[in-house]
Parts: sequence; C-alpha cells; structure tokens
Amino acid sequence: MIVFDRVSKIYLDNSVALREVNFSIEPKEFISIVGPSGAGKTTLLKLFLAEEKPTEGAIYYDSTNIHTLNKKDINKFRRKVGMIFQDFRLLPNKTVYENIAFTMEVAGRTDEEIESDVPHVLELVDLASKVWNFPHELSGGEKQRVAIARALVNEPEVIIADEPTGNLDPANTYDIVQILKKINDLGTTVILATHNKGIIDLLKRRVVAMEAGRVVRDDKIGKYNE
Amino acid sequence: MFWTKLKRVARTGFFNFWRDSTVSFASVLVMTITLLVIGLISFSSAVLDTSLAELRNKIDIDITFVVSAEEEDILNIKHSLESLQEVFLVTYISREEALTAFKERHSSDQSILSALDELGENPLGAVLNVKAKDPSQYASVAEFLEGDNTLSSDGITIIDRVNYFQNKKAIDKLTSIIASADQLGLALTLFFALISILIAFNTIRLTIYIAKDEISVMRLVGASTTYIQGPFVVVGIIYGVTACLLTLLLLLLITYWLGNTIENFFVGFNVFSYYLRHFLEISSIILVSGVLIGVFSSILAVRKYLKI
Repeated sequence: MIVFDRVSKIYLDNSVALREVNFSIEPKEFISIVGPSGAGKTTLLKLFLAEEKPTEGAIYYDSTNIHTLNKKDINKFRRKVGMIFQDFRLLPNKTVYENIAFTMEVAGRTDEEIESDVPHVLELVDLASKVWNFPHELSGGEKQRVAIARALVNEPEVIIADEPTGNLDPANTYDIVQILKKINDLGTTVILATHNKGIIDLLKRRVVAMEAGRVVRDDKIGKYNE
Repeated sequence: MFWTKLKRVARTGFFNFWRDSTVSFASVLVMTITLLVIGLISFSSAVLDTSLAELRNKIDIDITFVVSAEEEDILNIKHSLESLQEVFLVTYISREEALTAFKERHSSDQSILSALDELGENPLGAVLNVKAKDPSQYASVAEFLEGDNTLSSDGITIIDRVNYFQNKKAIDKLTSIIASADQLGLALTLFFALISILIAFNTIRLTIYIAKDEISVMRLVGASTTYIQGPFVVVGIIYGVTACLLTLLLLLLITYWLGNTIENFFVGFNVFSYYLRHFLEISSIILVSGVLIGVFSSILAVRKYLKI
C-alpha cells in the first residue's frame, strides 16, 4: 500500500509544486493521476521515487517512509518499481537486449535468468525481432514498448508511467494502454500520470485529478472531466 | 556474484569505449597530448639535470702551495679537507706532475719551454684540486683554508694562492644561475603537468556530461553507485592505457629524430639512448599517470550526476 500523507513540495524559489496531497493507493490498483501541465503530477512521481524530498509530509510504501531510507535501501526500493517515461529514457549505447538486461543485472539476477527472461519479456511486448537493434533504430511506439519491457522484467510490485503516450500516435497509444491494463490484471499496481482524456475515458478506473498542486477530485471510476 | 559483477562492469566499459568511437578517439587524443607533455617534461628535466651537473662539475678550486712546502704538510691539508662534509673530491697534483702538465699545455710554445730550461729548477708549486658537493659550498671550503688549519708545522702558511678568491664572482654567479634554473625547471614542470592534466580531466568530464541522462536512468532503475561508476572507470583505464601506448610510440619517433640534434647542443646527452635506457621507468610513469588521470576524472565526473 502506498500512502501520500499531507505531502507538500515548495521549491527554493517559493513556487509551490504540491500542497497537502493526501491519498492512498491499494495494492494491485490501477490509478490515473490527471491534470494540466504544472498540476504537480510529475513532482508527485519524483517524490515517490525518492528523486526529490518533500518539504512537508511523508510518503509510505508498505508503512515505510521512503525518505528515511538510506542510499542502499533506496536502490533496493527502486528495483521494486518499474518506470515508464514520456521520453522513453532508453540507454542509447545499448541494444534492446542490453537495455533490458541492464535492469536485471542491477537487480543481481544471474546470466542464465537474463538469457531466458529477456527474450520472453520482449515477446510479451511483441518486439522479439528487434532484440539486437539500438534505440535510434526504433520507432516511438517500439521504444516505448522496450521501456515497458524494461519496467516489467524484474516483476515489479508497482509500475509508474509518466505520460507514456505523450509522444505516440493514437494507434500506439491504444496498444500501450492495453499493455498497461494487462500488467495490472496480472497483479501489478499501476500509477499512470497523463493528461490524455481519451485514455482515461477508455480505462474506466480510479482517477485522481490535480490542479495547481492540490488534489481536486478522487473518483473510483473516473472520467477526465465531469 | 562479485566476479559476475566485475565481468559485467568490464564488458560494459569495453562496449561503451568501442561504440562511442568518436568520443573515445577524441579523449584518447587529448590524453595522449597530456601524457606526451608529461613525457617530454621528464626528458627536459633530464637534459637540464645533465647540463647542470656538467656545469657543476666544471666548477672547482685549485690551492697552489709555495714551492718550499713539504709534501707531508700538503697531504695533511688534503686529509683534513677530505674530512670536511662539503668536500666531494680532493686531488693532489705534485710539483713534478704540475710541471709535466704545464709543459704539455705549452708544448707548442718554444719560448716558454726554453725559459723553463734556463731556470733549471721547477718553479711550480704543488696543487690540491678541490671539488665540493655543491657549488654553493666553496665559500666554506675557502673559509677553512683561511684559518689556522693550513699552517705548516713551523706555523707559516704554505699556501701560495687559492683561485677561489680570484674566481669568486664567477662561481657565485654560476651558483645562483644553477639554483634558479633548478627552481624554474621544477616550476615549469609542475605548471605544464597541471595544465595538461586539467585539460584531460575536462575532456573526460565532457564525455561523461553527454551520458548524464543515462546515469540518471541507471540510478532510477536502482543501480548502485559502484555499478554505475564501474564502466566509466573501465573506459577511463582504457583511455589511459591506449594513450600511454600511443605516447610511447610518439616519444620513440620524436627522440629518434631529435637524438643527434640535441646531442650536438647539450654535449654528451642523447635523448634517444636516454629513452631506451630508461624505457621501463618512463613507460611506468606515463602508464600510471594515464590510468590515474582516467580513473580519477571518471570517478569525479560521474559523482556529480549520482546525487539522485
């Protein structure tokens, strides 16, 4: 269970990114965080990944305050979380295979596990034929599918997707949403930050709406604008 | 797991070096120039040292004794001079040897030789040639000679003249030139070494700056500091080793080409044979410098992007 307990983030220039954000996410839940640019969606995810510290409040994962963890434990915690970004963030000098293998190496998996799991997860996202390609040789949709495969391969407890379809056309967007739904059906918590109305309406899952750093709406089965 | 990790880090390092060939090529080139500067500095300090040593060697003082001085008294003085800390070598030249040397020196001057013959006896006194360990120490040697130590058993001074007092100005000047050349050499060495190390460091920093997004991604998938830094350190080592090999080859060509020219200029110093004679020493200095610069630059540069 993830709990955001009265989380505020105020930057040094006094700009307020988050103000008293309060909500929790159950295991195996699929939650969408929506809102216009600057609403605080990305800041919320950055705080959850311990990339930044909250100015006030705390974020708990399974009743552990993430920001009290030391560096080593933060690394361990991050291995439980799979991440998907709008700009894919693949390692440009590594092939598709190596990009995915890298996350497994980081998690301390053996060479045998890597050799058997990487092709398997690439089949799941329908990219088995692109194993030895470099990221610059792939289309946007393919890159995002590699990123999903990378996020999935360590069987994370939580998947975070920050505007994963922001750079994709409608067909690819639909594919990615279907993959995320499938991942959630298999028991992984999914946190999706987006301002794509179409996706939210299609999903029919919980929606937390944000505006100017505050949670303004939290609906069990939400739509983008009601 | 340790060996698996080490193997993975090394493999990633090699791949990164190979795949980023343009960046690697540029970095190796800059590093080669740095190491070349370090190599050439060690050569120039060797040339300087040899020339200064040669110069130091040329400074000595001659103590000429009166004709009537007893050999035993002179040898006593020689002995006490040798016991001085400052003195490196004292050579005794007897009256006969002095005469032979004098005759040899003027063998082509018939008038001097016949004048000598007319005198019938040896007009030259015995000489003690003194070499100090350092040119600055001649003053204290001269002071010693001015004291009571050089009196004969009868209490009369047997020293005719000491050419230190005639050459004092020249010796002092030479001494200060040698001292400042030494200091200047050291300062220049440090200056150039520092500048070139900074250039290499900045180049490596730039190559890592290019990879800063990559580093943050690695961090976010939970990679530990050593696991992220490792491959960069391996690349730094490869830069160092490759640049070292290139530098050694370049030095071979440069010293071969310069060998004779420099030998004519600085008597008795051939850089090419110096290079071959000290190859192991020079190559280790260059290799260690290269690897250290590569490793430290990488560690420092990556550390900046590891704060996430």
